[in-house]
Amino acid sequence: MRVDVNAFVGSYPYRRVPGTSPEALVAAMDRTGLDQAWVTHLPGVFWRDPTEGNAWLLECARRHPRLLPVPAVHPGLATWRDTLRQALEAKAPAVRADPTFYGIDPAGAAMRQLAAACGEADVPLALAVRFEDGRQRHPNDHAAELPAAAVRALIRSDARVRLLVTHADRPFIEEVHFGSTPAEAARMWWDICWIWGPPEDHLQTLLGTIGSARFVLGTGQPLRLPENAGAKLDLLDLSAGDRAAIECGNARALRDG
Amino acid sequence: MLIDVHAHFLHDRTPRADWQARNASRLSAGERVGISIHIASILGSWGAASPTYFPSPADVRYANDFLLALQHRHPARVRGYVAVNPNYTDEALGEITRCLDAGMIGIKLAASRRADDPLLDPICRLAAERGVPILHHVWQHRRRDYPGQEASDARELGALAARHPEVRFLLAHIGGGGDWLHSLPILRSLPNVFVDLSGSGVDGGMLEACLDAVGVERLVWGCDLTIETGWAKLRYLEHLLPSDELERVRWRNAAGIFPPDAFPAD
Repeated sequence: MRVDVNAFVGSYPYRRVPGTSPEALVAAMDRTGLDQAWVTHLPGVFWRDPTEGNAWLLECARRHPRLLPVPAVHPGLATWRDTLRQALEAKAPAVRADPTFYGIDPAGAAMRQLAAACGEADVPLALAVRFEDGRQRHPNDHAAELPAAAVRALIRSDARVRLLVTHADRPFIEEVHFGSTPAEAARMWWDICWIWGPPEDHLQTLLGTIGSARFVLGTGQPLRLPENAGAKLDLLDLSAGDRAAIECGNARALRDG
Repeated sequence: MLIDVHAHFLHDRTPRADWQARNASRLSAGERVGISIHIASILGSWGAASPTYFPSPADVRYANDFLLALQHRHPARVRGYVAVNPNYTDEALGEITRCLDAGMIGIKLAASRRADDPLLDPICRLAAERGVPILHHVWQHRRRDYPGQEASDARELGALAARHPEVRFLLAHIGGGGDWLHSLPILRSLPNVFVDLSGSGVDGGMLEACLDAVGVERLVWGCDLTIETGWAKLRYLEHLLPSDELERVRWRNAAGIFPPDAFPAD
């Protein structure tokens, strides 16, 4: 079983990206040997109300059982608790908020309330550090990358919240992990999509210093080629147990708490 | 056969204490991926004694000597680009001649001088005379100057390539950060510029855009600093291209760019 915890459906506003339909995503999963994907509505990230993409996302998940919906929750909107409740009713494995893209303080009161509510509801909160390399973003795409300090603040803001942080690189992960208590660090999971392999061997280093239990398979597809995650794992000398944990078991632990 | 046209190694005078581990990691990962030949450069002292992108002639020489030694230690796996700083014209021309005579197979220009500067012309004339390609570091759509390098973008490399149609240029790391959508249209009308697919970027749609812009005939495979992204692109191309076209990207196009005796016979 291989689970991609970091996938999207729907078009990207800043450039043409092939393979954004649910059918194309499933085909890419078949091509790369992925059994299940946790999926968010990509254009919604950039909408004034990102939750307006959730209905279509849920419909996609109903039509494609291998796609598990990760609905967006915007804690700055008055209806956010209803959105969270709907996500729970849909048995979402996580909910997502991308505060810098919503234009809200990534560690402000609204995000802390959302973190607390996710902790209370026992559902992970997913956040992306970035979607594209900062050097290639569209000139009008000004949203800041998620600061590491915000992740530290959110994990400290509620003793129950579990965070899934995607698109983070090695320095970001190290800063947050070693800037947290062991108990806090044990409530954070990192997807591998932005972590370098050989010859810099960032992923191998992190697996040695932080441990395999904190890492989950994520691709960032279709914005990024899903082949990258598999290639990265194939270049490691992982035990079968560690590989299975990264590919599936850790995602299950993240989801089930 | 699989040729990585964009690799780097480190040496004992670089700031990295782990330089040997990084070099070993590149070679061992290459074995796993199936890389037949790493065509590599070393950019001076990587900042230890002079800036990475503005290396002193002494640092250039030491790095090239180290790479030549590495090439001799791994004759089946490693080939070298002679890296030079074109601001030191006489030294650069002498270093190119010395290193090509010693077995290197191409020239690496990084970001010491803008690509369209006339100072690069004598280097290009020498490349033409010796029949070797130039791998040129490119910032895909440079919108401003960045500290530590006088980077060029595709428009500037294109100006150089137009002045030297007999020289084959490799536009470095299309996936290496920056707006590759800016670079590709510029290359359509420049048949002597090849697109090096290396870089950490694995953007969906990038390979399709490369194929659309320059065709399979002008794509060459590489990794640069991240071997897993090179492998990912290769795996995707296996899905995208028929086998004969895939072979072109894997090595045949590279074999046509470098001197005839640069690689083992097919």
